[in-house]
Amino acid sequence: MTATRGSGQTRQRVARAAIILLIGGYLLLPMFAMLDFSTRGPGGSRTLDSFIAIGSNRDLLEGIFNSLATAVLTVMGMLLLLVPTMTWTIVRVPRMRRVVEFLCLLPLAIPAIVLVVGIAPVYRGVTFLFGGSALTLVFIDIILVLPFAYRALDGALRSIDVATLADAGRSLGASWPRVIRQIIVPNIRPGILSASVLAVALVLGEFTISSLLNFDTLQVTINLIGKRDAFISVAVCLAALTFAFVLIYAIAAFGSADQRRRQVAKEDE
Amino acid sequence: MSEPAATTAPGDARGRGVAVQMLDMKRSYGSVQALVGLSIEMAPGELVALLGPSGCGKTTALRALAGLDDLDSGRILVDGRDISNVPANKRDMGMVFQAYSLFPNMTARDNVAYGLLLRGVDTATRRRRAGEMLELVGLETQVDKYPHQMSGGQQQRVALARALAIEPTVLLLDEPLSALDAKVRRQLREEIRRIQIMVGTTTLFVTHDQEEALALGDRVGVMSAGRLEQIARPTELYDRPATRFVAEFVGLTNRVAGTARDGRVAVLGTSLPLLEGSDATGSVTALIRPESVRLSAEPGAANHVVAVSFLGSLSRAQVQLPSGELVVAQMAAADVADLAPGTAVRVTVLPAPVFAVAP
Repeated sequence: MTATRGSGQTRQRVARAAIILLIGGYLLLPMFAMLDFSTRGPGGSRTLDSFIAIGSNRDLLEGIFNSLATAVLTVMGMLLLLVPTMTWTIVRVPRMRRVVEFLCLLPLAIPAIVLVVGIAPVYRGVTFLFGGSALTLVFIDIILVLPFAYRALDGALRSIDVATLADAGRSLGASWPRVIRQIIVPNIRPGILSASVLAVALVLGEFTISSLLNFDTLQVTINLIGKRDAFISVAVCLAALTFAFVLIYAIAAFGSADQRRRQVAKEDE
Repeated sequence: MSEPAATTAPGDARGRGVAVQMLDMKRSYGSVQALVGLSIEMAPGELVALLGPSGCGKTTALRALAGLDDLDSGRILVDGRDISNVPANKRDMGMVFQAYSLFPNMTARDNVAYGLLLRGVDTATRRRRAGEMLELVGLETQVDKYPHQMSGGQQQRVALARALAIEPTVLLLDEPLSALDAKVRRQLREEIRRIQIMVGTTTLFVTHDQEEALALGDRVGVMSAGRLEQIARPTELYDRPATRFVAEFVGLTNRVAGTARDGRVAVLGTSLPLLEGSDATGSVTALIRPESVRLSAEPGAANHVVAVSFLGSLSRAQVQLPSGELVVAQMAAADVADLAPGTAVRVTVLPAPVFAVAP
């Protein structure tokens, strides 16, 4: 029986290694190809000129700033909109939960092009009120990230007894903003992190709407540069991908550290 | 059905408790009426236990008092002040919930200190007060533990400490023991009573467990379908039920056929006085407590012992009458020791007043 168990574990280890290699290869090979292409110099030499050029390209820097600022503002707007709404729905109007879910998932079913056609007239008003900054994309980006953020937050909210915790906070004297800030948010942190990662990834990768509404975001700029200088374009893509990986890894590591701390505390019991 | 408004509390004021009046409270959820003109008055320092089956409206009443649920109509007065429209976070009431309600991101001490933090109490005083409260509930060694590191009983103790730390005007306990195992439940029940008497806070305790309600309450209110059937001291509620529902719901009851006339009922060869509210004439079913039934071995008698359950100092014997009816007698274990199943016995009833209903 021990031998059978041992060979089973070996098979599992081999299978796990094979899967990791396969997925790793699938993700890393294109990145190696991009690195190879973007560092090609004249006469078969290697150069980092394309990467250095990123820092001196004003359009590109503006695109990077626009995308990063939009991502940050989108995360803030999405959390400010969703967390109180979902908490309130659970505590006070649970029968509306399905309606809120439906509204949040709706953008998933609408193609980006349809969304742009519908929202373009609205953006004339937005531009009139807030100016023509690319940061106004925040409004539409919040709508775009709703389905993914809703799922992440919903899972976290289901893992705690929101109604009882909110009632307990209220009975102790906490106002609704305090209940959300001091009681709900700290206990759904993993969901907030997931929703934020998804929102950042989506905003950094969004092209269709920015392009059709004529805003210069990172993806739009990469596309334009790609038409002029493919080396810089690929270098930026590689840098953006690496940045996204690092960001996701950092957030995941933060989440695991939190989980480990709780586990250690549990074992100390 | 008795008038639900006759609920004035006995005046045994204690400590710093305040008087609470819930007046003609009504609440509907769609077509379901959760509260139908419920009125309860609580004396300062009194512990009132609200008892009733699931869905009778007891938790709705408690949540309305806490401000966590809205009323359709009715008024709530605390210390003479109308708080009907005061939001929950301004009512200054401490509450312990049925579900574990400690904030998972805070230690026991932080949980207890949270209400004080909201009241602007300085850090040193918060820590000291939280420590005192945890000591009061016997958890002074658990101050730095998180909820997931504590047992259910410990969590409910911390929740009690948290509710008391803010020195609430009223303490509300919403089935706080129902998630605990029997032994812990009994221990914590006694602790709640000890602490409540010590701090003297007016307390409303909601439960569906009769033993809990009768053991804890200065008075026990029995609710059914949104109405208060009866509110009285536990002994009165048990011995002199005012309605059929109370007679049948509270405690064990034998249902024995009898004949009622002139305020008395003839049952098992004994004439017993009828309680007010009983069906008073003709064939009736008398509701007799097991401890009012007495058995004695009598060879040749028509009644036979069917089963005997040993309960420690007491035993319960089930007896079959010639009519086929089963009667349960609860007696001192020593008195039942000789009554093995199959023994022929004489059945008598103590002359205590009983409730009778139409058969």
